[in-house]
Amino acid sequence: MKPPEFDYIVATDCDTAVAALARAGGEAKILAGGQSLMPMLNFRLLHPSILVDINRIPGLGFIDETPDSIRIGALTRHFQLETSSLIARHFPVLSCAVAHVGHLAIRNRGTIGGSLSHADPAAELPMMAVLLDATLRIVSAAGSRTVAARDFFLDAMTVDLNGTELLTEIVLAKLPAQTGWGFEEIVRRHGDFALAAAAATLTLSANEIVQARIALTGVGPTPLRAAQAESLLVGRGFDESLGRRAIEAVREAISPETDLHASADFRRHLAGVLTGRALAAAWRRGRRDKSAA
Amino acid sequence: MKKTCEIAVTVNGTVYEAAVEPRLLLADFLRHTLGLTGTHVGCEHGVCGACTVLVDSDSARSCLMLAVQADGRSVETVESLGSIGQMNELQESFHAHHALQCGFCTPGMLMTATDLLRKYPLATDDDIRKGLSGNLCRCTGYEHIVKAVRAVVKTGKKQ
Repeated sequence: MKPPEFDYIVATDCDTAVAALARAGGEAKILAGGQSLMPMLNFRLLHPSILVDINRIPGLGFIDETPDSIRIGALTRHFQLETSSLIARHFPVLSCAVAHVGHLAIRNRGTIGGSLSHADPAAELPMMAVLLDATLRIVSAAGSRTVAARDFFLDAMTVDLNGTELLTEIVLAKLPAQTGWGFEEIVRRHGDFALAAAAATLTLSANEIVQARIALTGVGPTPLRAAQAESLLVGRGFDESLGRRAIEAVREAISPETDLHASADFRRHLAGVLTGRALAAAWRRGRRDKSAA
Repeated sequence: MKKTCEIAVTVNGTVYEAAVEPRLLLADFLRHTLGLTGTHVGCEHGVCGACTVLVDSDSARSCLMLAVQADGRSVETVESLGSIGQMNELQESFHAHHALQCGFCTPGMLMTATDLLRKYPLATDDDIRKGLSGNLCRCTGYEHIVKAVRAVVKTGKKQ
């Protein structure tokens, strides 16, 4: 239960971090908040030759507003997100979801970049990135690129990062006016990973849904969007029967696994129930929020 | 690459300088290098919360931090809260409400509660329970720990 030996580098900027990653040829690990990496090191599930500590890179933890988006630096701690007035104003669904991440001591240290890069299949922030169609900025010694959150999560704990790349920024396009949201999660104990969770945004115009987004986590190897259920909703007003059809579409679209925490059937059941609740909340908030930007 | 790193960490107001292996956990640095055994080590993978300390005033699990990461930082352990015969308000409340039995989880409970009391209103017992959900206690059933924290919330004093 002690980490194996490794070399340790404190990166002072992103350039030195990615240069160190390139030198290590994929054998390095980035140490951000350490709330997933450190347990894996303690268990000796990982044996990196070198740890590149990015915690002291100035300016990598920030929440900034542009006219049409909110930019979040990869080193932004969960507690910063949880208490950010910018996030509360523009993405209340994210404020709500991040309060469900781990416990206070974990939220004080854990980072959004770390959570997305680690990609636990039942984590809340990867699901939020997928729900909100985040754009991720990634740098390496070879240059920089962007990738859509939808294309980033490849498999359980496997993302579109090649071991010499560093996720630096998450960009969220602001939501249209009259967008309501819902977030629902079932856990055995507050702060645990979700047995299942569902989140939704509904953008309304004249009591009709013009855009629907539904994301789920804990029901497959990666967070996912329920495209079928989303398309069912568009052009309609939400009611109980439409909700039931969306729930059925979600249950058909997912293939959850059985593990020691819950059976596949139970997870499928939960995913439907939580989707129904999240949609009802999103509809209610969207209707109430007619003037909101 | 050198085998050890020179670090200077302020622990409970005193600056300690040491040469440590990069892989040394902050929890082991506190206990073994400095002899501050008030911080307890339970699971060593961030589940039990016993090793919780404050790093630059924010609670953190010291088994999930390297000692080298604390270089230049300020760490507060349970030893900073009070002393025998002169416990702080939160410790007194734990005592008064029988919030510990074997005491193994208590340092982590106290440090977590200290941070919770500073950051959240803790308006309901449910809020306190959620806040303490990352700290395991196998003796008390939590009832008396929640009561102890509740009593401090009611005094309204800053921790």
